[in-house]
Amino acid sequence: MATVDLKDVRKVYAGNVEAVKGVSIDIADGALCVLVGPSGCGKSTLLRMVAGLETITGGTVSIDGKVVNEIGPAERDIAMVFQNYALYPHMKVYDNMAYGLRNRGTPKDEIDRRVREAAETLELAHLLDRRPRELSGGQRQRVAMGRAIVRKPKVFLFDEPLSNLDAKLRGQMRVEIKNLQRSLGVTSVYVTHDQLEAMTLADTLVVMNAGVVEQAGAPLDIYEKPASTFVASFIGAPPMNMIPAGGDGHPEALAGAQTLGFRPEDARISTPAGEGGLTLAAVVEAVEPVGAESFLYCAAEGQHLVVRVAGRSGANIGDKLTVTTPREKLHWFDKAGRRVSA
Amino acid sequence: MSPRVVFPNKILPYLLVAPQLAITIVFFYWPASQALRQSMLKEDPFGLRSRFVWFDNFERVLTDPNYLNSVKVTVVFSVSTAFASMALALLLAVMADRVIRAKGFYRTMLIWPYAVAPAIAGMLWLFLFNPSIGSLAIGLRWLGIPWDPLLNGSNAMILVVAAAAWKQISYNFLFFVAGLQAIPKTLIEAAAIDGAGETKRFWTIIFPLLAPTTFFLLVINTTYAFFDTFGIIHAVTGGGPGKATETMVYKVYSDGALNQLLGASAAQSVILMVIVIGLTAVQFRYVERKVHYG
Ligand SMILES: Nc1ncnc2c1ncn2[C@@H]1O[C@H](COP(=O)(O)OP(=O)(O)OP(=O)(O)O)[C@@H](O)[C@H]1O
Ligand SMILES: [Mg+2]
Repeated sequence: MATVDLKDVRKVYAGNVEAVKGVSIDIADGALCVLVGPSGCGKSTLLRMVAGLETITGGTVSIDGKVVNEIGPAERDIAMVFQNYALYPHMKVYDNMAYGLRNRGTPKDEIDRRVREAAETLELAHLLDRRPRELSGGQRQRVAMGRAIVRKPKVFLFDEPLSNLDAKLRGQMRVEIKNLQRSLGVTSVYVTHDQLEAMTLADTLVVMNAGVVEQAGAPLDIYEKPASTFVASFIGAPPMNMIPAGGDGHPEALAGAQTLGFRPEDARISTPAGEGGLTLAAVVEAVEPVGAESFLYCAAEGQHLVVRVAGRSGANIGDKLTVTTPREKLHWFDKAGRRVSA
Repeated sequence: MSPRVVFPNKILPYLLVAPQLAITIVFFYWPASQALRQSMLKEDPFGLRSRFVWFDNFERVLTDPNYLNSVKVTVVFSVSTAFASMALALLLAVMADRVIRAKGFYRTMLIWPYAVAPAIAGMLWLFLFNPSIGSLAIGLRWLGIPWDPLLNGSNAMILVVAAAAWKQISYNFLFFVAGLQAIPKTLIEAAAIDGAGETKRFWTIIFPLLAPTTFFLLVINTTYAFFDTFGIIHAVTGGGPGKATETMVYKVYSDGALNQLLGASAAQSVILMVIVIGLTAVQFRYVERKVHYG
């Protein structure tokens, strides 16, 4: 049981690469915090600083209220699941899981009990005598999880643990990780660049870009009120449509707003926009049916837009449509890309 | 299997391999068969007539205490040389792996000794440890350690082992450096998080993962110590003092070339040949398809 607090954490790599430029995050006891952002934004660097695998250039990292900047990874009482799992290839599954406990001098019968318990939870009991190379990707992933949970650490750290799995298995493991984390109640930091994973797993979602936090909060709050154009286009698939404010059929812009955004699922076709809503004349450029819904790719005011419609769409390429969005579903951003609210 | 290319010309392929075949026949099969024949012959003292004696020469060689001594010397020499050169190379490789700046420079410097010819390496160590003029021998004496490889058999052995091991360190170093680089960094990090200190990490993670490299080098170094160290021993001790550093290979030379005991020398060559074949078989069987962890 622990809290994790980052205060103005910075990292400058040799050669003056500033990977993390002052990040402050408070993670509550037992919460799962997801760090999401594009490749190279510094997520892994931040996580590795929490783990103690990377020196901290500035600021403080505290676990359970205690500053751990100068403490080695072993003494921080954390466990980490790596993207490539980092299982010890020469050890059996059992020994992979027992290794951390043995190093800490845990009694033999206690080790055995904990390893078997974890193996039971993760459905690995029949694989304990195998070596990592004799396991499938999903099984390796479970062993990596098992190695983390037998230790009963204060904090779990995950660095893109599911990115080497196929889509179906990823979905399944995502649910398992969430359930496991809930039931164990261990404070966790989870890095991913998959926004679906981020939305579904997070208690607290932290969207990072270029070494800084763009926005932090509950996933749905971020989805409904993105703090910047970056967050708006990063969270949600397909991303939010954005057009310059002030065109024909636009409502009056909020003071200082330059960009107008609306999500594909909030757009309507041939439905009156209502008071203060947005109305656009659009031409269909492509239709993408995916089963339960269809995406219409349209052009309007020289911009490309996506509109989501339920089920099968009767639209054809070249059709002229009227795309509308009600007032309460519009997002406004200023020149710097920050959100403007009424 | 990729389809084989078939050449229409039937003679050309044989012409192309002919030079290699000729070299192998003239420099290997012919002398080897001569040695085999010679090993079963006994010459009269004047070298005028020889008599076929079946395995008499082998029997005499294998019951000769001098020969058994040379087997013992060879084992001690090979094991010490292989162990010393591999242990030191591993130590250097682990340290070089940690150097961050000027990595390439250190590595280049550490590889140089491999370019030194065996006899030169031997001379170098001979001079360094010469009891009367060697700078290191003087240092030893100053420390109160009695040192005289010309009279003391153990000292002589230490000297040839040092020279032979020193020359092989660079080669082993290269392979260990490559082996260390092949170990994923995340494994070390995972072990660090798992609470293993530096020494523990080395013995429980790094060393086991280097096993394929270590085994490969063990075979290579044993072969080296057996067969490629003649020059060093010849230059440093000439097999002495007494017969303290007379290895099997050296004894073939001294019996055959110096003492003209052709039958005995040939029988020893045949025994060495069998050992080479054995080592090569081990090498093919285990080293060519290395122990791999997936
Ligand atoms: N050891 C290093 N030395 C120098 N620069 C580094 C080092 N490691 C990472 N960087 C740089 O720091 C920045 C952040 O890297 P980081 O690995 O944290 O990104 P990331 O958000 O995890 O990306 P990804 O999603 O691709 O894993 C990148 O610009 C990267 O090039
Ligand atoms: Mg990363």
